[in-house]
Amino acid sequence: MNKKLEKLFKILEEDARYTPADIASMLGESEEKVSELIKQAEKEKIICGYKAIIDWDKVSDVHVTALIELKVIPQKNLGFEEIAERIMKMDEVESVYLMSGGYDLSVTVKGRSFKEVALFVAKRLAVMDNIESTATHFVLRRYKEVGVKLIESDKDDRGTYSF
Amino acid sequence: MINYDEILNSSVVNIKPSGIRKFFDIAEQMENVISLGVGEPDFKTPWHIRQAGIDALEKSKTRYTSNRGLIELRKEISNYYKRKYKLKYSAQEEILVTVGGSEAIDLGIRAIINEGDEVIIPEPSFVCYVPIVKMAGGVPVIVNTKAENEFRLTADELKSAITKKTKMLILPFPNNPTGAIMERQDLEKIAEVLKGTNIIVLSDEIYSELTYGDKPHTSIAQIDDMKERTILISGFSKAYSMTGWRLGYILCPAPICKQMTKIHQFGIMSSPTVSQFAAIEALKNGDEDIATMRAEYDVRRTYVVNEFRKMGLSVFEPKGAFYVFPCIKSSGLSSDEFCERLLKEKKVATVPGNAFGECGEGFIRVSYCNSLGNLKIALSRIKEFLKENKNG
Ligand SMILES: Cc1ncc(COP(=O)(O)O)c(C=O)c1O
Repeated sequence: MNKKLEKLFKILEEDARYTPADIASMLGESEEKVSELIKQAEKEKIICGYKAIIDWDKVSDVHVTALIELKVIPQKNLGFEEIAERIMKMDEVESVYLMSGGYDLSVTVKGRSFKEVALFVAKRLAVMDNIESTATHFVLRRYKEVGVKLIESDKDDRGTYSF
Repeated sequence: MINYDEILNSSVVNIKPSGIRKFFDIAEQMENVISLGVGEPDFKTPWHIRQAGIDALEKSKTRYTSNRGLIELRKEISNYYKRKYKLKYSAQEEILVTVGGSEAIDLGIRAIINEGDEVIIPEPSFVCYVPIVKMAGGVPVIVNTKAENEFRLTADELKSAITKKTKMLILPFPNNPTGAIMERQDLEKIAEVLKGTNIIVLSDEIYSELTYGDKPHTSIAQIDDMKERTILISGFSKAYSMTGWRLGYILCPAPICKQMTKIHQFGIMSSPTVSQFAAIEALKNGDEDIATMRAEYDVRRTYVVNEFRKMGLSVFEPKGAFYVFPCIKSSGLSSDEFCERLLKEKKVATVPGNAFGECGEGFIRVSYCNSLGNLKIALSRIKEFLKENKNG
């Protein structure tokens, strides 16, 4: 991929609030060109969305996240792909990944309570065809989310000694 | 009661404290200051380099090393110069590992300068050259580089500064604070002036890895006939973000290296051992880290230059180091006033250009060793400051 484009994505990934004018200034490009590149990337679904990273624990304590490991027995007509597509359509599901290693699908689920999530797993996931087993791990504390540290700020620890 | 003024060494007492200090002292008293003031990378030392330091500690490699530095490290430094610049320096006789580029500069000057010798120093430049020359009994001869020459040293400026007493030229490129570089053709012209003289070049190339654009850094030692009259200084602080490890080095002809080793041996003994082990790892496996950091600096550099231009300040495009040196004369303020008010009113720390020599008056040094996010906030504060100053 073109180096400029790669830089543009890195900048947006760092903070999606940079305006086309900011980015133009960082890349030494025109604002129009940057807007065009962003639009194109949105169209091609390279840029898939823009969201805020919210530390819900600071808002209320009715937010639970769980990581669920799924073991799948893939069969003709119902392979990993088909199962993943079914799971990703469920509103409670935040992410679905196909994994290498000890299990097959990794699913993150959000709910309002441990019970709600546990029931979701039991009633919706575990009962699906071809699911061999599930293992549910609840998140107790979030330290870092998509590269952003939630528990400490990135303080400048440089002293004022260098000339 | 002892009158200390009578007993202290007068050439030390007469050294003025750096002008930067005053601003740093104010900044330290304030909260939420965004610092564009320091000459220190904001990146962490890459993990594998820190790991090498930890390994050295674990294996209890905590003895003195050879005075000149670990031979393995000197060999790696030698390899690096062969690989990058096709320069051949003997690890045994022509390389000395020092406590930062700082000690290297001190040794280079002290090994050469006799009482009354003149040292040509282009300014604006790093704050240590003049005091060290004075403490060594030398006489600084200042050459003012100019914005219209992109702050490069020209052959004519050099020629007119040379006298019978000239012993050394300090060549501080890529430059702190201007970000100026000297390209091959510029260096060739300087070399033309120096060939056939006994003038030694002390080339401070500590920012060599931070050169932007298509052409890589050229060392004056690569120019024909110049290696024999060049003391090349560099270090790990800037390239690998290793400021606190305190490690630099000197490459120079064996007879000079031998004398510098004496000063180093009696004054320092040997450079920090753990740091030397980390530095071996840096040279062996650090090229990618440098490339990553350089790319990040380059985006910031472009951003800061473009934003200053949008504010209507005249700013020369720096091609090296991590500083931008905008001209603030249009604000009607002196460099000192500008920086002090910007700090107090907008909590952005910068450094007045005159801290790097009188000809830096009318400029400020802005270090872009900070995240894009912080740069964005700082730049918008500077913009506000300029607007309020204009209306005010
Ligand atoms: C131009 C220049 N030379 C040398 C140094 C010394 O750096 P160190 O002693 O950390 O290697 C600095 C540090 O700011 C510098 O800017």
